[in-house]
Amino acid sequence: MSSELMIEMKNVHKWFGELHVLNDINLEINKGEKIVICGPSGSGKSTLIRCINRLEEHQRGNIIVEGTELTNDSRSIERIRGEVGMVFQQFNLFPHLSILDNCSLAPIWVRKLPKAEAKEKAMEYLKRVQIDDQAHKYPAQLSGGQQQRAAIARALCMEPRIMLFDEPTSALDPEMIKEVLDVMVGLAQGGMTMIVVTHEMGFAKEVADSIIFMDEGQIVEAKNPKDFFDNPESERTKTFLSQIL
Amino acid sequence: MSTTNKEIGPPVIELGAMGWLRKNLFSNWYNSLLTIFGLYLLYILIPPLLNWIFLDANFVGSTRDDCTNEGACWIFIQQNIKLIFYGLYPTEELWRINFVYLILFISGVYLLIPNLKHKGWVGAFLLIIFPIICVIMLSGGLGLEAVETRLWGGLFLTLVIAGVGIVLSLPIGVMLALGRRSKLPVVSILCTIFIEIWRGVPLITVLFMASNMFPLFMPEGVNFDKLIRALIGVMFFSAAYLAEVVRGGLQAMPKGQYEASQAVGLTYWRMMALVILPQSLKMVIPAIIGSFIAIFKDTTLVLVIGLFDFLGIIQFVGTNPDWLGFSHEGYVFAAAVFWVFCYAMSWYSQRLEKKLDTGR
Repeated sequence: MSSELMIEMKNVHKWFGELHVLNDINLEINKGEKIVICGPSGSGKSTLIRCINRLEEHQRGNIIVEGTELTNDSRSIERIRGEVGMVFQQFNLFPHLSILDNCSLAPIWVRKLPKAEAKEKAMEYLKRVQIDDQAHKYPAQLSGGQQQRAAIARALCMEPRIMLFDEPTSALDPEMIKEVLDVMVGLAQGGMTMIVVTHEMGFAKEVADSIIFMDEGQIVEAKNPKDFFDNPESERTKTFLSQIL
Repeated sequence: MSTTNKEIGPPVIELGAMGWLRKNLFSNWYNSLLTIFGLYLLYILIPPLLNWIFLDANFVGSTRDDCTNEGACWIFIQQNIKLIFYGLYPTEELWRINFVYLILFISGVYLLIPNLKHKGWVGAFLLIIFPIICVIMLSGGLGLEAVETRLWGGLFLTLVIAGVGIVLSLPIGVMLALGRRSKLPVVSILCTIFIEIWRGVPLITVLFMASNMFPLFMPEGVNFDKLIRALIGVMFFSAAYLAEVVRGGLQAMPKGQYEASQAVGLTYWRMMALVILPQSLKMVIPAIIGSFIAIFKDTTLVLVIGLFDFLGIIQFVGTNPDWLGFSHEGYVFAAAVFWVFCYAMSWYSQRLEKKLDTGR
């Protein structure tokens, strides 16, 4: 695997008012790496990945994505958002647009692709997540699992180099989790650089190059899956694992 | 589980018309009482009204002497129809107004027929080219004789004021709403002040200001047309109300929609135009149309600055010595016409809501 550096976080801090949600985060992610972030709720894991595409603003330290440092300069934000796709817990599809239009919207308006080409490409990705037969329906007509797969296709249509997943299966009914995880596994096998906030430890074992455990805004432990599950060092990690496994 | 259950359908309680009557009109003693009272009210109100409007009314004739005075004298309306519809607009130029109506009617019908192509172009024509045609046709230019706006009046003037007010106030209202929610403090404060000032003042005051105060602030010799001043007043007044309606819609949008738009790289204006506004405007269609209806009816207030709108001119015609004593007919006619326009907007609003409903 090439070791091209995709994301670099150096001494990143963030506060929500008095609350120190990110406390000295240092992280390097190489091309093709799959990182799973877990931890108790409120530990800052979602905030961490939301800082990477500037849905949240970090207050100290540096975040460098593919050589571009995130600053208040809107051009740097735009460039990075073009490279980073994101999948949300609540899907956040656009309810007033068909699935196909959800997927082709940004390619048409941000990437400036001709309409026909954007739709063609959207159909390709919808086929890849196996909902091309639902392309002309509206989000409200789809099941949760289908909506989340559509949301993944929407992100992929921008051909991002990095994908962020913010608890992608937490809002799903149990029987729909697998169909979404399958898509994510397929994506991982295709070599995508991925950061996934999830409690699906089976998924973590299967695809993660490294698992990060966060608590109270800090990275407590970062290890490969085998060491993470077999020899966790910190007490907090052990407690957490005993609770979810 | 027993198999016989399959034979049983939902319980049948209401059977036929009698069942319906019992369930809806006579379900208990006070419901029955209300039903009987309601029927009695209809009985004493409807027949005399129908007699007055239709059966005993006079439709044919040319002077008040042709009216029998038993029912309504619609000859009054008929004889003054030109004034009521067009004001003092010169008779030989009336075709210009009718031509504008015709264009509006044809494009309107085209837009209402489902599944026609090029609706976007027709819409763009209506919003961009049609207003230019209106200005030239109605006020003169390009070889057409100029018609001063003081001659404009009647239903025509009402439609001009309401139309301009409605069409221009929506985009201004949207911009004000976005401005008020802006993260830039200067923009937000200015928009808030603007909205609150206009909303804090009665329309009648706005119109007085536009008509009497505004010229005082203008340098000597500069004179805006009175109608244009009234139009600007109505437009901003309506925009301020719409801004708050639209802001309500914006606030109802889940945060996730903003985040998803940003995550796929949409810039602020694209996010607003493509994702946020289409959804939030859709949510507040009933309130927006409500504002439009209010503005349509509020145009009657321009009478106070000496513009004779539809209602104003009906009242004016009623003071003509030849037609004294027919104000009832005038008001009933005015009410009917206002109702037609307002109901049309209401109907269109419901239709639009159904059409745009994609679930949530």
